[in-house]
Amino acid sequence: MAADYVDWLRREGRIVIVGASLAGLRAAETLRAEGFTGSLTLIGDEPYEPYDRPPLSKAVLLGKASPRHTELPRRRHLDAEWRLGVPAAGLDLTGKRVLLADGEEVEYDRLLIATGVRARPWPVAEEAELDGVFVLRTRDDSIALTERLRAGAKRVVVIGAGFAGSEVASACREMGLEVTVAERAGAPLVGALGGVIGAVAADLHLENGVDLRTHVTVTALEGDPMGRVRSVHLSDESVVEADVVVVSLGSLRNTEWLSGSGLGAGPRGIASDAGCRAFDFRGIVTDDVFVAGDVARSPHALFGYQFLSLEHWGNAVAQAETAAHNMICSASDRRPHMWMPAFWSSQFGVNIKSVGVPPMGDELMIIQGSTAERRFVGVYGYKGRIVAGVTFDNARWLEYCQRQIEQGAPFPVEYPTVDRRPEGRKAVPADFPDPSLPTHGPTVTLSGYSPADRRLVFTPGHH
Amino acid sequence: MTEPSLVARITDFANRADPYPLYAELRRTPVLHEEDDDPYVISSYWDIESLLHDPRISSDATNLTAAGADELNQAENTGLPPSFIRLDPPEHDRLRRIANSAFGPPHKPRRIDGMRGELHGIVAGLIDGLASGTEIDLVDQFAYPFPVTVICRLLGVPREDEPRFRSWVDPVVASLDPETRQGADPDFVRKAQEARTQLGMYLAGLVEERIKDPRDDMLSDLAAGKGPDGAMTMMEVLSTAVLLLIAGHETTVNLITNGMLTLLRHPEYLQRLREEPELAVNIVEELLRYEPPVQLLPQRTCITDIEVRGVPIPKGSRIWLMLAAGNRDPERFKDPERFDPDRDDLQHLGFGSGIHACFGAPLARLEAQIALAELARRLENPRLVADPPPYRPNAVLRGPRHLPVAVDGVLP
Repeated sequence: MAADYVDWLRREGRIVIVGASLAGLRAAETLRAEGFTGSLTLIGDEPYEPYDRPPLSKAVLLGKASPRHTELPRRRHLDAEWRLGVPAAGLDLTGKRVLLADGEEVEYDRLLIATGVRARPWPVAEEAELDGVFVLRTRDDSIALTERLRAGAKRVVVIGAGFAGSEVASACREMGLEVTVAERAGAPLVGALGGVIGAVAADLHLENGVDLRTHVTVTALEGDPMGRVRSVHLSDESVVEADVVVVSLGSLRNTEWLSGSGLGAGPRGIASDAGCRAFDFRGIVTDDVFVAGDVARSPHALFGYQFLSLEHWGNAVAQAETAAHNMICSASDRRPHMWMPAFWSSQFGVNIKSVGVPPMGDELMIIQGSTAERRFVGVYGYKGRIVAGVTFDNARWLEYCQRQIEQGAPFPVEYPTVDRRPEGRKAVPADFPDPSLPTHGPTVTLSGYSPADRRLVFTPGHH
Repeated sequence: MTEPSLVARITDFANRADPYPLYAELRRTPVLHEEDDDPYVISSYWDIESLLHDPRISSDATNLTAAGADELNQAENTGLPPSFIRLDPPEHDRLRRIANSAFGPPHKPRRIDGMRGELHGIVAGLIDGLASGTEIDLVDQFAYPFPVTVICRLLGVPREDEPRFRSWVDPVVASLDPETRQGADPDFVRKAQEARTQLGMYLAGLVEERIKDPRDDMLSDLAAGKGPDGAMTMMEVLSTAVLLLIAGHETTVNLITNGMLTLLRHPEYLQRLREEPELAVNIVEELLRYEPPVQLLPQRTCITDIEVRGVPIPKGSRIWLMLAAGNRDPERFKDPERFDPDRDDLQHLGFGSGIHACFGAPLARLEAQIALAELARRLENPRLVADPPPYRPNAVLRGPRHLPVAVDGVLP
């Protein structure tokens, strides 16, 4: 019976994917590659076909790539219906329909939600609307910011020194613009990599001429009578003149359209089982709704079955492939999403890469190279095991870190390695900020325990 | 009489033409250590891959020599310092970065791609030269002169000096072969050292010229040493130049020759390559898996006790990474003994991996792609005259010494 349904679904079922970016596209391609011949609809709120976002804060700002031409390469012909430029506005789980903002409805037999995240806007609306205040997430954001930077901007203030903010600061410096970075924590990147590595990142900012202000928050954006941003007020009562402000305060998950649908969706994303099937708000797994990409959060076997939300490019691809596979296979052929978290950044001429979940680590050990030279391999330890690795200009050693994490290898690392320096002989506190404090957002969020964990606390939403 | 060890049979010249059954036997004991003085031989894909990224594995010649393991390393013990292929970080990284700033992105993004037209010209000229006979030796008439000409132009070494440096290159290359090395008499080792020194002195003359009168070539850039890492010392420039000159053609000769041999044994792909020249990309990648020009990496050791698949390997042991065996590991590849450029999972250990991953890979790929596509297009009805062809003695840099091919003619 169930096998008959899967056969029918693969042959002539209707699959709808909400979210037409990286995860949505790769899921669609995987569905076709695995033999799905039914109807396929992709719904996207932006008017563009799927494009790549990482270049928007790097090569595009530097003028090495056009913001209009970062289309994602296609793996295959899709034969899909594209509903672009129309956001999804609601979901009827019982009627198996997606409601669109233009009033139309799209029926599905299986649904994949890959609506991702959006940039967290500046919280004061009238200040956010000042001319010269930008966020950077979409192609349109990128076109607007790039044009403004090229049109003779003088001083840029970046609010928030996470990866995106740091990359923007780096690109602006490379363009010769004056840059001030305001960061609430003690250093850049602390949410993702901790204070020890953050200090290295801070040196990179300073050496490259960034006016880095840490332990400050922005209290107000001030405009001139023409409605253009003029200055930025900081919590230390200083004022920085600026004609461009880039708000880089992390992201918000695009789940509002699901409110009231009965799906377990909220500000932390949409919870799913390890096989990408979404939970409803009661914690019961659904049969026909799957999630993938930045908006998903799912339990990971390597990290104590904690629910991980990963805003990582590679995760979007891998999770989309797993979700697509599981959508059209029999129960016994389903696969768990077991992707090893990994991300990269490129800033101030340095290639930064990481595997695992650094914020889970409480200690850090530099096992190769030296932080003073900005070329090193660091591993993070938690309860006697290696849980993450980070490299600065040393990416070729990262696979080793990954294997060590997969094998639950012991921490601290006592054995010799090539290029071990005296500074790397002992473990030091990794120095992550208190997770209850707001930051620009780590790229991995440990957002709860597995349903089997007795520490689970149920907090009802405000539907 | 006991049977010779598996390692001895692999290095035995008698098995050069087809070592793959021996590799299959080898994989049955993925970490093989036959006798006390023998190396630890690693033959599974995943183990090799993992050791290539393992920071406890050293390529530094002094770590091997310190273990008293290998008199062969003495070949590098000459007036010249070791090149980066025989060094660990941070020295390796510094030298390789400087070398790369004269070779590839971000400093020289167009150096290799910019040679595309030149490579086509050299290939066209060599194939034109084949038109006179009905039987050609693909090695002497094509696969050897092509990469030599290319590496000479890239470095800035006069092509006409080839006969001179040939006599120095051969002993150095021979010294890389484990079998030659095992029976190495002091005289042989001394000759290899001398040859490397001679080659260095010859290149020193060229570098001196380039310092005075820089040109658009790698020797000029290496000598000038502009970049965040500063310059190499003169001696470092020479070791690097010796390395690039040798590695820049000895391996590519085999890639092209193995490639043509494999295509002649699989004529359906030769025919397809004729019709779809873009298939050269996949063919070359599959060749790097199926018949890799570097069969094994015999010069690694571990700087602490390690364990591979539960087998302890003591600090200072010699470790051989059998790239060619890993490339046909059924644990990794479906149908590994089949030459199949259409596999959707085209990966290989042909260029190694990790920090010592082949420096010249972008050039080697381009050379082999152009060479094979043009040979396929222009040679009329090519047939193997001898199968297997005669092989070079070397077990590491393995390939035919000659590849006699009969042709009906050469198309324009």
